[in-house]
Amino acid sequence: MGSFCEDETIAMWGCRSSSKEAFEAIVKRHMKDAYFIALGLVGNHEDALELSQEAFFRAYRNIKQLSSKGKFFPWFYQILRNLCFSHLRKRRLRQADSLDEFQENNIQVQAHDTFDPGVVAERNEDKDRIWKAIGQLDEKHREVIILRHFRNLSYEEISKILFCNTGTVTSRLYYARKRLKEILDREGPRLAGSQKGGR
Amino acid sequence: MTCRNYKDLMMAYLDNEVDDEQRKAFEEHLASCPQCTQELKEFEKLKQLTDNVKLIEPEDRIWQQYWGNVYNRVERSLGWILFSVAAILLTIYGGFELIENIIKDQTVGMLLKIALLVLIAGLAILFVSVLRERVYFWKKDRYRNVRR
Repeated sequence: MGSFCEDETIAMWGCRSSSKEAFEAIVKRHMKDAYFIALGLVGNHEDALELSQEAFFRAYRNIKQLSSKGKFFPWFYQILRNLCFSHLRKRRLRQADSLDEFQENNIQVQAHDTFDPGVVAERNEDKDRIWKAIGQLDEKHREVIILRHFRNLSYEEISKILFCNTGTVTSRLYYARKRLKEILDREGPRLAGSQKGGR
Repeated sequence: MTCRNYKDLMMAYLDNEVDDEQRKAFEEHLASCPQCTQELKEFEKLKQLTDNVKLIEPEDRIWQQYWGNVYNRVERSLGWILFSVAAILLTIYGGFELIENIIKDQTVGMLLKIALLVLIAGLAILFVSVLRERVYFWKKDRYRNVRR
């Protein structure tokens, strides 16, 4: 991920004087990161595409709020994650409403049924279960798992975009993985891959 | 150091984010702590499985249209702003014209004219009240100048 490169700040200056060409360069540079992070946070392709594009639009509209020394991506990430989390909260409220209706008819609804395993490549039962389990993590745990495992960011990079220190990243990863393991253990038999042994 | 301290180091060790000194210290601890050794093995299995989950890359068409979709939002937002400003101006103009005609019209009853004026006065009070509240909270907002 080239989020912390120097030329990004130069391109950003173009945006601050409302240059669409400069912003286009930034969008093209970060669109994949934005899409995949959103996908990890909300769990399905359509919402991830919509929310990541909306985040770029909001970033363009508010680019003047970014101080001259600020890097684009950490600032943009805050917009993206707020949009995604807000979307999830609205989705939960909608699910809660429909749950009331379904319960009247004795129909079970999974809390995280919109975390679509169809976005996972070369699917198998283990991968589907892990993806669904990630969908059940709370927001701050899910985001460190996504940034570490799906975007391969270092602790240093994660700490920059979450505006925290690396100790906090380490601690969140510990509890996120612990929770992930608990969910997987609770929801079924041991994963096939986990019986093969360790290192 | 207690086991709790080493648990923080465990993640960095697992993700290869430790320096040589930390690695050595952690491995020495592992040699004497079966609980941490067991926990590390479980985390290693989980990491291996999670790393195997890859997300499908969308078709090229999605990336080719991506900037176009963002640009459309930028352009349409400008369109909506201009449309809204024009609609507000036209509504105000039309409203004043209508009120003027009603007031001047001798055939319209006095009660209707008074009701109309009271309605306008009420709307004006509501507008000023909301505006004053917004300005008050904006001035009190300690974070309005905070920039990242």
